[in-house]
Amino acid sequence: MKMNMAEKILAAKAGKKFVEPGELVMAKLDMILANDITAPIAIQEFKASGAKKVFDRKKVALVPDHFTPNKDIKSAEQAKILREFAYEQKLTHYYDQGEVGIEHALLPEKGVVVPGDLIIGADSHTCTYGALGAFATGVGSTDAAFGMMTGMAWFKVPKSVKFVYKGKLNKWVSSKDLILHTIGDIGVDGALYMAMEFTGPVIDRLSMDARMTMSNMAIEAGGKAGLIAADETTIAYVKTRAEHKWKVFKSDPGAKYEKVIEYDCSKIEPVVSVPHLPENTKPASKLGKVRIDQSVIGSCTNGRMEDMRITAKIFKGKKINSRVRCLIFPGTRDIYLQCVKEGLVEIFVKAGAVFSPPTCGPCLGGHMGILAKGETAIATTNRNFIGRMGSPESFVYLSSPAVAAASALTGRITNPEELYRR
Amino acid sequence: MIIKGKAWKFGNDVDTDAIIPARYLNTCDPGELAKHVMEDADKEFAARVKLGDIIIAGKNFGCGSSREHAPIAIKGAGISCVIAKDFARIFYRNSFNIGLPIFESEEASQAVENGDELEIDVDKGTIRNISKTKSYKVKPIPPFMQELVEAGGLINYGKAKFKIK
Repeated sequence: MKMNMAEKILAAKAGKKFVEPGELVMAKLDMILANDITAPIAIQEFKASGAKKVFDRKKVALVPDHFTPNKDIKSAEQAKILREFAYEQKLTHYYDQGEVGIEHALLPEKGVVVPGDLIIGADSHTCTYGALGAFATGVGSTDAAFGMMTGMAWFKVPKSVKFVYKGKLNKWVSSKDLILHTIGDIGVDGALYMAMEFTGPVIDRLSMDARMTMSNMAIEAGGKAGLIAADETTIAYVKTRAEHKWKVFKSDPGAKYEKVIEYDCSKIEPVVSVPHLPENTKPASKLGKVRIDQSVIGSCTNGRMEDMRITAKIFKGKKINSRVRCLIFPGTRDIYLQCVKEGLVEIFVKAGAVFSPPTCGPCLGGHMGILAKGETAIATTNRNFIGRMGSPESFVYLSSPAVAAASALTGRITNPEELYRR
Repeated sequence: MIIKGKAWKFGNDVDTDAIIPARYLNTCDPGELAKHVMEDADKEFAARVKLGDIIIAGKNFGCGSSREHAPIAIKGAGISCVIAKDFARIFYRNSFNIGLPIFESEEASQAVENGDELEIDVDKGTIRNISKTKSYKVKPIPPFMQELVEAGGLINYGKAKFKIK
């Protein structure tokens, strides 16, 4: 029987020859992830259950990345719960300050998640690892606790939607624009409960950094996973870092999909999501004059090396608008260091940006770069819900790093094309 | 089981940042979280909601982050259940896992108005609108989810199934 990627991975991990959408399976996990917001509840549940040891100390990753470096006393207490549990359980994948990065940039970089894995994470953007050809999905803390106890999770085999990206990318159009365009097309519940499979010649040509940006935002369309089949690009990325064996799963020709949606990428321009939902997309050039107070470049969506480089390319020798606060936060320590080595930090700082250690803080209005009432930000992050980056009366526009960088220079939301036209 | 309470109506795509803003996620204490429940959707809600009240919403309730703090805050505020046209996937799982009753009912989602008195017969799968003398159907809970509910949540289910002492 023919199966698509999502079905194949779930079947393999559930020890079955064949599964179909709607079926419930109990499946073996390759990695369980939680952070400083979600792990404390998971640890509390784990302890309350009477469990003494995690099922495998090498398959639980704790990443205190949200409110760290600890933003206040309460956050420090939360982070301490992770630290103590990690030491007590002798977890091999615990990353403390100095080593920590934003979880979804960090785990792929460290080779902790690889193609063919089945991963749950108590963080909705766990779907990022779909870019490696792994089935990865966000869950809550109790599911993570259950996973730490048993090494298993239950899954309803999702229906899949196939997206085919054809044509050629226009200048300044990145994978962020593709995923925003997709969410704008299908809506924030357009893939509710479903696996999204990203395919086509445009996806084939994307780098791993760019692919991760796309898979990262599958949840913003309600998706359970955002899958990209592993190919040579993926293997080249994982072979130097994989901590365990990988396996490539590809959809069978003729496998079933709930829907197949095709996009001609040559018609897509740089896209912006206007407040207060990621589905409210518009071409950046058609926004009119939207003044910004802050430009935020980074996060699990766009805090990778490619994102840092395009930002530096736009900022080089330029000054950020005097009325704009610009914050750049790379995904991991290695990316941070690479920015130092390539001289990007100097470009950022000279342009007038703040270069931050890796943290989720600004993206979710946790700490660093909070917005006041009435303020507007352009951000390369993933959500523009009410109050997401601070005051419930502030406004967040989502975009690619190129648009966020160009906007930082002009002080209003800007298609980078405009800077080079003058 | 019968659940009875006053309805608080919300719209479509109520996200987890609206249910419990991230600025309050530096604790997981249900009582603390309950003080800020639904704050970015309705500032007055936490102060005015009464024990047993019901949240009624449109499509895709609980979209966004995986924070279990969202159903915990709702449960912690004494809200008896949430009714929506449908729920975002992670919120749906989390609610069952922590024992917050949630119901999918397109009819109720459309017809119920703010302040209506509702009575839900969980076993029969019906919602009665006392204020409007109307009844609405509830989408049946899948058998596996029913098993979770009967076991007393996911952890208890796991303890029994995997024989964890």
